[in-house]
Amino acid sequence: MGRRWQSELGGLADPTRFTAPIEVGKADGPRLLELLRTMLVIRHTEDQLGRLVIAGEARTPCHLGIGQEAVAVGIATQLRATDRVFGNHRSHSHFLALGGSPRSLIAEVLGKAEGASRGMGGSMHLFGGAFGFLGSVPLVGATIPIAVGAALAARLDGGDSVAVAFFGDGATEEGVFHESMNLAVVYDLPVLFVCENNLFSSHLDIEFRQPSDRIGRYADAHKVRTLTVDGNDVLAVEAATAQLVGRCRGGEGPALLEAVTYRHRGHVGPKEDIDVGVHRRMEDVAAWKRRCPIQRLSAGLVAAGAATAAGLAGLERDVAAQIEAAVRAAQDAAYPDVAALHDLVYASRP
Amino acid sequence: MSTGSDTPGGAEVGYGDAIREAFIYLLTQHREVFAIGQGLWSPWYVGNTMLDLDKLFGKERVIDTPVSELACTGAAVGAALCGYRPIVIHPRMDFMILAADQIINQAAKWHHMLGGQAKVPLTVRAIINRGGEQGAQHSQALHSWFAHIPGLRVVMPASVADARDLLVSSVLCDDPVMYIDDRWLYDRRAVLPPIAERPLAAEGPRVARSGTHVTLVGAGYSAWLCEQAADILAARDIDAEVIDVRILNPFDPAPIVRSVARTGRLCVVDGGWRNAGWAGEVIASVCEAVEPGALKARPRRVTLPHAPAPTSRALEDVYYPDARSVADAALASMTGRGTA
Repeated sequence: MGRRWQSELGGLADPTRFTAPIEVGKADGPRLLELLRTMLVIRHTEDQLGRLVIAGEARTPCHLGIGQEAVAVGIATQLRATDRVFGNHRSHSHFLALGGSPRSLIAEVLGKAEGASRGMGGSMHLFGGAFGFLGSVPLVGATIPIAVGAALAARLDGGDSVAVAFFGDGATEEGVFHESMNLAVVYDLPVLFVCENNLFSSHLDIEFRQPSDRIGRYADAHKVRTLTVDGNDVLAVEAATAQLVGRCRGGEGPALLEAVTYRHRGHVGPKEDIDVGVHRRMEDVAAWKRRCPIQRLSAGLVAAGAATAAGLAGLERDVAAQIEAAVRAAQDAAYPDVAALHDLVYASRP
Repeated sequence: MSTGSDTPGGAEVGYGDAIREAFIYLLTQHREVFAIGQGLWSPWYVGNTMLDLDKLFGKERVIDTPVSELACTGAAVGAALCGYRPIVIHPRMDFMILAADQIINQAAKWHHMLGGQAKVPLTVRAIINRGGEQGAQHSQALHSWFAHIPGLRVVMPASVADARDLLVSSVLCDDPVMYIDDRWLYDRRAVLPPIAERPLAAEGPRVARSGTHVTLVGAGYSAWLCEQAADILAARDIDAEVIDVRILNPFDPAPIVRSVARTGRLCVVDGGWRNAGWAGEVIASVCEAVEPGALKARPRRVTLPHAPAPTSRALEDVYYPDARSVADAALASMTGRGTA
């Protein structure tokens, strides 16, 4: 690590901390069970995508966010279909949390015409306009200024829609992140920047890339409101989002939410032990699995008497069966017509 | 309905004024149009083309920006995805290179890679601003780069009418368009008819001047050089046909092929460099389409020397092709002299 390195996240970056069951009220049980179901849908869908990669059926690069499900789910509860959300290379969770169907995601990864992007995008280029997911792309940081423009459009429209850009800690090393925050704050635009800080870029641990692990310090520099939360606590993510999105909707300008989390798998593909930087050990992965957002919410629901272990096992079996059926349907779906290769280059024709 | 013209009917307007007329028309007639870029509230370095637009249409729709080419272009892409028709202005194409990711990787690709579900009706106005000893980073004409990209329409107006009408067509097109104007054309003058909205996808190369002996081809300022060269050639009883390319991408070479099939001689003028450049694309497109033996002389191209733009006037004087060098190339084509 660089000689100026300093961890400012402290316990938030320590997998032995924040491992207790999430505290929930019993009355919140039904709503939180739905959040748990969505997190399980994301987990099982990505697990199945990993299997399809291993089987050689899925060849498009798949960047799995297993372990990070609480971020997308906690944020999505605070958004509307009229908001404009943009993702990145690791956006399966965003697509599903906002309302995308597992079948359309899996079909897209398999290059099928019924996929989210009509089989033209694969895992890294997803679209779900009907539920406010306006696109994800793998060029690092690319959707950050695009979200700023969507926020500009929202303001020109009138009303209180917001724009959201999801990106990782690596994207904060791109100049466009800083340009975009500056643009948003100078124009006072309703955009929520969401950094899923999983402590790794594609290839390198954050301590070799930045002098601190706290991304929120960049918001301080740009005079943008920011909160840093445990990204593996869906309720903490939700509460912070409610506060920051509320400010955006109220015309108080942009905000940055930093959600500290961890990906169980490598940068791309299903393996846990490749594309993982230079310091990551399997013991770290095992420790972070004990801080799993799904396990912690499940334990909290049981502790509050809002669910039973047997009931949650049944829920997971249901989800698993649903995703297995989605995989079969996607496998049976048709590929795009070859004409799409040329027909979709331009929207307007002579 | 007003055409937005500031000039009484029948009066001549300049190329720069024509661009401003297009902005006024678009901002008046289409609520979803806005302009964003550096210097728009004090637009001295885009000539007269954007004068007082912020005062006429407000600073919410004529937006000056921080020094952030990439983020501002990205913001325009984002607004375009949400139903607006932004025009992002890059007062010099050299600086626009900082925005290449948003133009090439984003704007040009979203429609295709998201299955036709996302449209980017963005216009990137890229200005070629060279000469005057400005040197290597204030001079470039990079149309060839961008004409290489599927999904990005590339437009280079040479005439005063096209300066106005192709800007209107570009902004109303549902695809991302790079509209490239050249400050060396701003003083061209013409009388213009009222504005008519025409679909950009139906536009293509046009015969600017009919002739029978040799076909001269250029885009933007180079097309104007071809017209001036044709005057020089006419004095020597050579009847040159001039084709103004107008739309570089998607490129329809058919009008050029038809012309060369008649004249048998082709001379392409390009304000960019030779290697992997636009002139080579035109020549290749013609050669693969005409019958073997249709050419009476080897095709020729007049381009910049393979060097960055110099500052010293002694070097600048020999750097840029002029009408005389184009006419000389055409004459060489007629007589078979020289190798290029």
